Amino acid sequence: MPLTRREFLKVTGMGLAAGSLGMLGFGASGVAQAAAVRPFKLAHATETRNTCTYCSVACGILIYSMGDRAKNALSNIIHIEGDPDHPVNRGTLCPKGSALLDIVHAPTRLKAPRYRKPGGTEFEEVSWDFALDRIARLMKEDRDKHFITQNAAGTTVNRWISTGMLAASASSSETAYLTWKVARSLGMVVFDNQARV
Amino acid sequence: MSDLQSQDYVRRSATTMTPPAARSHEDQVAKLIDVSRCIGCKACQSACMEWNDLRPEIGHFEGSYENPMDLGPSVWTLMKFAEYENEQGNLEWLIRKDGCMHCEDPGCLKACPAPGAIVQYANGIVDFISDKCIGCGYCVKGCPFDIPRISKTDHKSYKCTLCSDRVSVGLEPACVKACPTGAIMFGSKTDMTNWAGERIEDLKSRGFEKAGLYDPPEVGGTHVMYVLHHADKPSLYSGLPDKPRISPVVEVWKGILKPLAVIGIAMAAVGAFFHWTTIGPNEVTDEDEAEAARVLREKEEEST
Amino acid sequence: MTNTWQDIRNANLVIVMGGNAAEAHPCGFKWVIEAKIENGAKLVVVDPRFTRTASVADYYAPIRPGTDIAFLSGVMHYLLEKDTIQHAYVRAYTNASLIVADGFSFEDGHFSGFNGETNTYDKSSWNYEFDEQGFAKTDDTWQDQRCVINLLKQHVSRYTPEMVSRITGTPQDKFLHICELIAATAAPDKAMTSLFALGWTQHSVGAQNIRAMAMVQLLLGNIGVAGGGMNALRGHSNIQGLTDIGLLSNQMPGYLSLPTDKETSYDEYMKTKLFKPLRPGQTSYYQNYGKFVVSLQKALWGDAATKENNWGYDWLPKLDIPLYDIIKAFEMMNNGEMTGYICQGFNPLQAFPDRGKIRRGLSKLKFLVTMDPLDTETSRFWQDFGPQNPAKSSDIQTEVFQLPVTCFAEESGSLVNSARWLQWHWKAAEGPGKAMSDIWIMSGIFHRLREMYRKDGGAFPDPILNMSWKYTNPIAPDPEELAKEMNGRALADLTDPVTAVVTKAGSQLDAFAQLRDDGTTASGCWIFAGSFTEKGNQMARRDATDPREQGIAPNWAWAWPANRRILYNRASADLDGKAWNPKKPVIEWNGTRWAGIDVPDYGPTVKPSDGVGPFIMNAEGLGRLFALNLMAEGPFPEHYEPFESPSENVLHPKVPNNPVARVFADDRASFGHRRDFPYVATTYRLTEHFHFWTKHALINAILQPEEFIEIGEVLAKEKGIAQGGWVKVSSKRGEVICKAYVTKRIKPMTVDGKSTHVIGVPLHWGFTGQARKGYGANTLTPSVGDANTQTPEFKAFLVNIERTAAPAT
Repeated sequence: MPLTRREFLKVTGMGLAAGSLGMLGFGASGVAQAAAVRPFKLAHATETRNTCTYCSVACGILIYSMGDRAKNALSNIIHIEGDPDHPVNRGTLCPKGSALLDIVHAPTRLKAPRYRKPGGTEFEEVSWDFALDRIARLMKEDRDKHFITQNAAGTTVNRWISTGMLAASASSSETAYLTWKVARSLGMVVFDNQARV
Repeated sequence: MSDLQSQDYVRRSATTMTPPAARSHEDQVAKLIDVSRCIGCKACQSACMEWNDLRPEIGHFEGSYENPMDLGPSVWTLMKFAEYENEQGNLEWLIRKDGCMHCEDPGCLKACPAPGAIVQYANGIVDFISDKCIGCGYCVKGCPFDIPRISKTDHKSYKCTLCSDRVSVGLEPACVKACPTGAIMFGSKTDMTNWAGERIEDLKSRGFEKAGLYDPPEVGGTHVMYVLHHADKPSLYSGLPDKPRISPVVEVWKGILKPLAVIGIAMAAVGAFFHWTTIGPNEVTDEDEAEAARVLREKEEEST
Repeated sequence: MTNTWQDIRNANLVIVMGGNAAEAHPCGFKWVIEAKIENGAKLVVVDPRFTRTASVADYYAPIRPGTDIAFLSGVMHYLLEKDTIQHAYVRAYTNASLIVADGFSFEDGHFSGFNGETNTYDKSSWNYEFDEQGFAKTDDTWQDQRCVINLLKQHVSRYTPEMVSRITGTPQDKFLHICELIAATAAPDKAMTSLFALGWTQHSVGAQNIRAMAMVQLLLGNIGVAGGGMNALRGHSNIQGLTDIGLLSNQMPGYLSLPTDKETSYDEYMKTKLFKPLRPGQTSYYQNYGKFVVSLQKALWGDAATKENNWGYDWLPKLDIPLYDIIKAFEMMNNGEMTGYICQGFNPLQAFPDRGKIRRGLSKLKFLVTMDPLDTETSRFWQDFGPQNPAKSSDIQTEVFQLPVTCFAEESGSLVNSARWLQWHWKAAEGPGKAMSDIWIMSGIFHRLREMYRKDGGAFPDPILNMSWKYTNPIAPDPEELAKEMNGRALADLTDPVTAVVTKAGSQLDAFAQLRDDGTTASGCWIFAGSFTEKGNQMARRDATDPREQGIAPNWAWAWPANRRILYNRASADLDGKAWNPKKPVIEWNGTRWAGIDVPDYGPTVKPSDGVGPFIMNAEGLGRLFALNLMAEGPFPEHYEPFESPSENVLHPKVPNNPVARVFADDRASFGHRRDFPYVATTYRLTEHFHFWTKHALINAILQPEEFIEIGEVLAKEKGIAQGGWVKVSSKRGEVICKAYVTKRIKPMTVDGKSTHVIGVPLHWGFTGQARKGYGANTLTPSVGDANTQTPEFKAFLVNIERTAAPAT
């Protein structure tokens, strides 16, 4: 093996500094038995089957949460990985799906309703009742003012175009159906979802 | 969950040991990375961070899809991207998942002076045992693939464990499971080698005449192997060593100097060792050691 | 998708064009890799950039953004000229033989019937020639020059390889090599699959891009077969479901149309819906339209919907214009015509074109409600975030409500994937803090409004007061109850006219075939009938068994319609009912009925000899090479340049763009010209991120932390831009200052003799979340949409670029 003098010196230095403590008996006792492999963290976690929230491949996922759903344990999601039974993803997940845990626990997850006054520079936390009462009131005021019962030709048209809604294409079909019922019962036609984009 | 038993160790750093003879039938495992199937999506990086609870700092865009910019104490695997124009003038985007190769003859383990800080299990996985790590960085020097990184915070060395916690309960590593296109496979080393053979045939039929398996004999083979379309030029893949070799420094240290050290300068070494563990690797007095430490410091990430 | 994700493994050729499947749908893309490995398939990628999909392709060709129709018309020209089409399929299963009416023509960029003053078409000439019985005339010998196939030949004859290359910038040799690969799948036992996404939809000619490839697939006999089809990969987890349930301006659940002003009564409405068969003996399934509509009305209004009040027809809003789409909505907002806007899980400040216009529009609202798990940019449009969101809060009078919503992991329910599978998922934990479900919030708003209308009256309260809301927990209806309502149930004892089997009143229905138009059935979404039956929740099924491993898995979850996995699967068999590809049959005629691994998309006992066409939803039973009057810009696709283009339209310079695209005056004034903005830009996603969500997720922010654009080495050198250096990219509408990725993966193309550069603009960055702040790609994009759908033209527009100094931090 070719070895320059410089390299040789370095080697000597290493030898001097570290030595082989095990050969001297330091490693012989209980130290050798110290923990090596990290404990498997999902041993008794609760597994829930779900679907990835991102694209339409709709990969099956397994959500692992702490606690066994006993009365006194509040489930906290600790890990998410692919569902190996799922016929499309067969356990795999993309870089987004593999990081679902970080969207569930994103520091920017919203935790309370907030309200911003006209001209205000900050949000303020409000109660759900305040928010929903005020929203319903604003909607009714606008609907009562701008609802179009008949068009110029006298045809019954019953539409409301001055308030609109964008629906969430990552919400469940059940949410979507209920949202449709509410929006259309009000006569809303300015109504779309991400499929438009 | 208990750790693997000491009987599962076949090698242990700075320890003279005979692999337990009674347990000789354990299958060797291997991860096979087929770069021809890899789309560079970084699912492996993402799954690795999530499973192992690693979150390096948010970096910057630096003129490449590679992020973070380098392996680190919290970056155990990293997609590397190379834009390569072949002889026909066609572009190939050669993407390679970098990380610990789990060498059969691990340079890190050989170089490590701390007893039991690096172990190799009978299944081939090379694992770092943090509480024994003294942060000296010799593993970095000993690694032919430039993989381990020392944490600036706790002065411990870190790298891919091949998810030894998952493998020990019969699961595949997190990166393997996540990989959307099956570019990362996991199984026995025999099965992976056979499967690689089939993949190489397919690649040859698609015009990659030099396709082949990367399982370098210089380190006794590896437990992480690559299928490369250009197996004749591994270095095309963001500097995968054409002929990896354990630094001569380490080989000499193991071959000649370790016995010398044991016989002649034991007490000095022990003194230095205790100094090191309490104060850190930067304080050793020997001039050459300082030089070595400087080199190692450069390898440390800015953050942990 | 017409087929399933796993079915891609059966393809012999996979063409990814108008999408970037590896990058945007990695886990679905595994089936492409599987096709390569297990089926010896080739992968072809046509894209302006050498993408991650291209990195594993067998063949890659570049194309200028916005010229896909020219490319695909060139493919059709090649197939017809070389006569490499699947003849038996084209003759029997498409409208190739049908004769088109005399008045139809195409000249200088316009089809017949164009009105230059209103920019609209009178489409009456876009039709077949009919006989005395009202059936379309045919000529199976294709001698008649007015046959669809001959008109098509004539239409695409202009798209020679030279012309294709001149328009698209794709080198001729590469174009021709791809034509050869495609043509090989005309063999009856070979299939090509087309995988596409927003790379085709986000153009002013988006729908026609897709149509052009669908026509190629019909010519090759690749629709309905294993490993074939038109496979829209789709974006969000339930974008298919929201489309199915009709959360679009002009839609009702199950693709039923919302009535228009012209449809003054239920009877008038139905007149335009009951497509009578255009060929003898055809099915024309939409003859059942009335059953679907009445059952929907019964689900919505319950007992209040009666025959006497036309099933509550007047309670549905009527449309005076084709669509109140997003571009229209923000035009109205900017004109001060809107008061309130509710964004449920939607972030328009990031997602809609011309960000400046979006911000100005929101600033004119009286109130804005956002419902989202995350702190979105839209909910903070009024706050100053520096150059990335320059806002003067005190000038903005909009009241803003930011409502915290639970996420996928915190709710149960179903999602519809792009293969039309309805999959149930289960709640794993409670939401954080005071976050509540969308169902609870929407119900809360509804109950408050209903209470006010009940007490105080107001504008037309009838539909609100009559809305059926008989849920066990009206405050937050259980998802299972809602799912059952969509499936539908019997309102009276129903006796099957053939089998005499009685379905008891109150029972869940098994299939949409049970629906009635006499008020005895209710179904909130007819295409979902069968998803939640008396046997239970079919969407929750988890048997992954897959006969012959052919990618059907018929007992996993449930697919609409009728648990059918491959649409038009009758076309997988020949005229005698035998599979075109004997190795991969889907359904075959066994002498008494259609049998196989999938639910027939056909009458299960209709004999092959009966000659019923395989496309049973179409009135003539055939796949349409000629689209009649169903497309806004013509029965055949035609190349029109993007509204911002680096080139003349060399085919018809006087009609450069989609002639019937709707462009608002202020948006037209915001189009840039190639003199000032000489480079073509295109926007796209990166695999590390999902739209504007994952910048909130730490791992994804680590994997791709900061906004950048991509440019080729040649342009970088010309402009003195260094690798990773700072640049300013500007359009007529705004500018983005970010870093540049100088890459070999984008190369200049020669378009009409001129070197043309493309700049890639990834779209993920904004000013909330964990990734670094960015301007967002929609700062640059123009506000113009496809003429059929109004989907914005995000994929082809013009910009300029220059080197700039790093911004002060």
